[in-house]
Amino acid sequence: MQYETVIGLETHAQFHTRSKMFCGCKTDFGAPPNTQTCPVCQGLPGTLPVVNRYAVELGLRAALALRCHIAPVTQFDRKNYFYPDLPKNYQVSQNYHNLGVDGRLEIEVDGQAREVGIWNVHLEEDAGKLEHPEDTGANYTAIDLNRAGTPLLEIVSAPDMRSAGEANAYMNELAAILRHLDISDCKMQEGSLRFEAGISVRPVGGEKFGNRVEVKNLNSMSAVVKAIEHERERQVAVLESGGTVPSQTMLWDVQREVTEPMRSKEEAKDYRYFPEPDLVPIEISPEWLDQVREQMSELPAARRKRFIAELDLPPYDAGVIVEQKPIADYFEQTVEQGVEPKTAANWIMGEVMRVLNERLCEIDDLPVSPPMLAELIGLVTDDRISNSVGKTVFGEMCSSGKKAGEIVEEKGLAQISDSGELEAVVKQVLADNPDAVADLESGKQQAKGFLIGQIMRATRGKANPKLAGELIDRLTGD
Amino acid sequence: MTRITTDTVEQVADLSKLILSDEELAGFQEQLDKIIGYFEVLNSLDTTGVEPLAHPLDLRNVFRQDTVEDSASRKDALANAPDKTDEAYKVPVVIESS
Ligand SMILES: [Zn+2]
Repeated sequence: MQYETVIGLETHAQFHTRSKMFCGCKTDFGAPPNTQTCPVCQGLPGTLPVVNRYAVELGLRAALALRCHIAPVTQFDRKNYFYPDLPKNYQVSQNYHNLGVDGRLEIEVDGQAREVGIWNVHLEEDAGKLEHPEDTGANYTAIDLNRAGTPLLEIVSAPDMRSAGEANAYMNELAAILRHLDISDCKMQEGSLRFEAGISVRPVGGEKFGNRVEVKNLNSMSAVVKAIEHERERQVAVLESGGTVPSQTMLWDVQREVTEPMRSKEEAKDYRYFPEPDLVPIEISPEWLDQVREQMSELPAARRKRFIAELDLPPYDAGVIVEQKPIADYFEQTVEQGVEPKTAANWIMGEVMRVLNERLCEIDDLPVSPPMLAELIGLVTDDRISNSVGKTVFGEMCSSGKKAGEIVEEKGLAQISDSGELEAVVKQVLADNPDAVADLESGKQQAKGFLIGQIMRATRGKANPKLAGELIDRLTGD
Repeated sequence: MTRITTDTVEQVADLSKLILSDEELAGFQEQLDKIIGYFEVLNSLDTTGVEPLAHPLDLRNVFRQDTVEDSASRKDALANAPDKTDEAYKVPVVIESS
């Protein structure tokens, strides 16, 4: 029998705010444990939360970008559960009057556009962190409440995805939107973007969904993809052998790449939601929504389309460049300097991203500004330096922060485009490689490539390859 | 007819992490049933066409700006904890996974 996978994703993204959802504590990642807390986020009795207005605005940006219906009045609710990472024994969340409902996100898989429904977008607060001491003999769990109360956005998709590939496209598009609108920095390694997957299988063409397995502990997008593939296989095997898949919560084991049922007693979900009496409703006027719309920059999908239609970028390049807003901005600023778009894209996808990956840094940390990159690209396209020297110069610019022209001058890297100067080198290379010359004269064209390589070596990449080729032709009497 | 059964009391106790004796279960069943009974009075009111109230106060949009304020010192934060390390609250081991 043929089966199809049915996937829904719950996404949690920490808002890119300075302070917490209901108090003025910082939200910095990696601070020493329990140094960013106050009576409000410690959940002490007698304290009152006050809503961070900017977090609501960021939530509205997300709800608008995901084309949700925005609630005219939204309200917080208490989600009650008992766990030591939650100092109040309830999480302030939204259940009855979500910020946004019934939205959609368009994704593209294998060149095909598809729409994934968004059930709701809502605001909540993050929980604290449990640290299990490394000493295995330790009989306690340590709690760090720094993260407790960090503003959180939850996005619940409809079970509209049918493959790991679609889920991957959804996650990437969502992250691109959240980054573009400065809603979240989406650093999965720091936990500011997290996913939970609801996965079931059913015979192709079936109307009823299969029993849903919820998978947690997914710490990267590739973990989500692998967990979906693993669950699909596991669930199909259970059905094929005549069994039924129980609805349950599983944890992804990163090392072994399998899902494991949660061992702790998963109580029947009974969150006993009720309206949060400590917070008054939020009214979202059309004027406020207009203000939020004005703050929103172009969405990634629109930007990709524009790069393809107006700048003639291949769709693949547009996809890579638009994935992160700072890179897309950097690209546009480089193009504004008069660089041909595809050439700018090649440099950014090649050298620039290589250096960012090597240094594990952000593009804003790079000492090479878009005008500086444009100057370098100009030197290459004007044949003042060769492409390979250009790459060396770029590396130099990244470490010294100097301009391309300065480096070329200082190091004498300018391309040798003077035929008199280059002729001496070419003659020497021809004299040193009689076999290759003989091959070339007997018609083997690949020998020419070898000779040009030797000339480049002799000039440390400074020879103009076109001129070198012409000189070889002339001097071998071809 | 009882509105609250001992099963319900057991479930609520479980959610509250309370271990109750059979006697206590029976006692709370009776008490909770009475309490819930008082709400029957409210249920007798006809609320057709009345929008559920989200909040009793006629206040809207109480906000703070996204500005950082001083946090408590770690010493103060941990002061009331019955058990702690130098930097964190200590609780009995929480089993999350196998
Ligand atoms: Zn606080």
